[in-house]
Amino acid sequence: MNPREQIFDAVRNHLPAEKIDYPQIPVFQKTITELLPAFEERLLDAGATFFLPKDLREAQFLLEQQFGEASVICSATPDIKGNRDIRQVKNPHELADVDVGVIRARFGVAENGMVWLTEEDLVVNALGFLSQHLVILLKPTELVADMYDAYVKVSLEDTAYGCFMMGPSATADIGAVLVHGAQGARSLSVYLV
Amino acid sequence: MAAKRVDPAANAAAFIDQDDIHEPAHDRNLWAARMKRDAAAKAIPEWEDLRTIASLIKEHTLTHLDKYLEQFEANAIKRGAKVYWARDAAEHNQHVWNILNERKISSIIKSKSMLQEECGMTQFLETRGITVTESDLGERIQQLDNQPPSHIVMPAIHKTAADIAQIFSKAIGTDPNNTDPHYLNEAMRQDARKRFLEAGAGMTGANFAIAETGTFVVCTNEGNADIGAAVPRVHIASIGIEKILPKVEDLGVFIRLLSRSALGTLATQYTSHFSGPRKGGELHIIITDNGRSKRLGMDDFWHSLKCIRCGACMNTCPVYRRSGGLSYGATYSGPIGIILDPTFDESKYSELPYHSTLCGSCTEVCPVKIDISDQILRWRKVMAEKKFLPISRRLAFSAAGKIFERPNLFHGAETAASAALKITPHFLLYNRALNPWGRHRELPHFAKQTFREWFIQNKQQNQEDKQQP
Repeated sequence: MNPREQIFDAVRNHLPAEKIDYPQIPVFQKTITELLPAFEERLLDAGATFFLPKDLREAQFLLEQQFGEASVICSATPDIKGNRDIRQVKNPHELADVDVGVIRARFGVAENGMVWLTEEDLVVNALGFLSQHLVILLKPTELVADMYDAYVKVSLEDTAYGCFMMGPSATADIGAVLVHGAQGARSLSVYLV
Repeated sequence: MAAKRVDPAANAAAFIDQDDIHEPAHDRNLWAARMKRDAAAKAIPEWEDLRTIASLIKEHTLTHLDKYLEQFEANAIKRGAKVYWARDAAEHNQHVWNILNERKISSIIKSKSMLQEECGMTQFLETRGITVTESDLGERIQQLDNQPPSHIVMPAIHKTAADIAQIFSKAIGTDPNNTDPHYLNEAMRQDARKRFLEAGAGMTGANFAIAETGTFVVCTNEGNADIGAAVPRVHIASIGIEKILPKVEDLGVFIRLLSRSALGTLATQYTSHFSGPRKGGELHIIITDNGRSKRLGMDDFWHSLKCIRCGACMNTCPVYRRSGGLSYGATYSGPIGIILDPTFDESKYSELPYHSTLCGSCTEVCPVKIDISDQILRWRKVMAEKKFLPISRRLAFSAAGKIFERPNLFHGAETAASAALKITPHFLLYNRALNPWGRHRELPHFAKQTFREWFIQNKQQNQEDKQQP
């Protein structure tokens, strides 16, 4: 018997005699009714910021205002122009010098301020993690109330990688003090547009 | 040769005695996490229902584990991952080595994985010339200090910023007197960045593995697992067989519970879902047993396999908070460690079940309702039956047995104890070597009368009262 068969044998021989049924997950009463204000509040709790540009033109202007010092801006969305073409990136290492990464998220979660990003949205996954700062575009209407609704929407069959991102990278590993920018993005700004 | 028995009481004494800073700070920080957990739990009306549902989903999965493992494997392969099976730590480590060696990879970056800790993987790879870098900040601190993690989610919580400033000054040349966490974090970020870019493979563990899609989920706050998975071409994930959940919708329950229980936050900053290799990459999944199937067959203990490694039981435990995680001398510390570690080595960890007050707080906060304190008690029984009890305690218990057998002797002892405690209250129960985590705790004042004395007196009084017309 190979190790795989041996493990299955061991598991089957040790299965508890009493079989437990899969529980019914009830539909819980929603506690959040106004999705956008709740989402905005949770973004701030998670250490993110948000902006409400009127349109994409204003978003582009805002980006230039917010990151005037940035030398490399790489946008994975056609809605915002950067100066590094992500479609030409062959190897994730080429993104090591990105100052600002721009990505359009599929939807946000009002319960906690998460945004859902897939491999298709990131184009190159490393953009979400090597960039020093992130700007996430999100339609303010694309919100769900909580994680139950969120997991109905994720469609894991359709992507090799999906991430719920909740604000910038964070750690409290030194003296239990919260610090942003541990390994991933130092800041995360959501443009609701 | 049998491994040396761990003496958690002596280790805890060393932690408490080192100075007046470490133990109080440790206690305070973990209790703060416990208070944040309570607030987060209270904000969800269905919290207790969620705990019950999560527990049942885990019990359902574990009692049908063969079916779900097959399903996960088939779907992961369909998504393009390569799946390996490891019966034990040695096979797990060999798989990792083979993958790296075939590709001539000499340096890897890894995120936190308790399973890889359990397997002693880092040491195994290092002796074969692989450079292994921990990417989680807390794990990196522990790696540089040659220590295992002391807590499941806060690996270096037993250290102060001043300790870390010393470690970083030696390892990466920071100012030893600058203890600002922002400064220290920034220095390590710069150092780790190079290592991410040089690594030939990124390794992760998994918090959950979803049978219906072949997906696994990794939760971090730093984003370090994602960099490791997104930058090097090769991603290797170590997954214990108990991590399986049947459906994607189960995550709605478990993600809501995990970080609220761990740190009192609404979720981790990154909750990442890997279903097959990324574009241009390779994904290797090593599904590992390492004692779990055996545990599944232990009637009294298989519920421990429900654990989602949140650490809530550690944060709430009065013994853990005062002892520090390293005092358990094992991969898993705190209440969950007490019930997991003896399944790896009963003799080595035979003392752990006594490192508890059995207050039951761990059971109350566990998000998947593991009966932790009951299991601790059952492990004491196992240890007693196997005569693993240390001599000092065997004598104490047998003396107690003799006294309870003979009531007159007990009455004498009761009065004597009350008298003795007036003189040396700390000596008997909160003895330094025996229960160091009880130090600074005052014993309750003994009643001037014993219950028996009071009862006899009252009985006489009552009889006298009744006799009066």
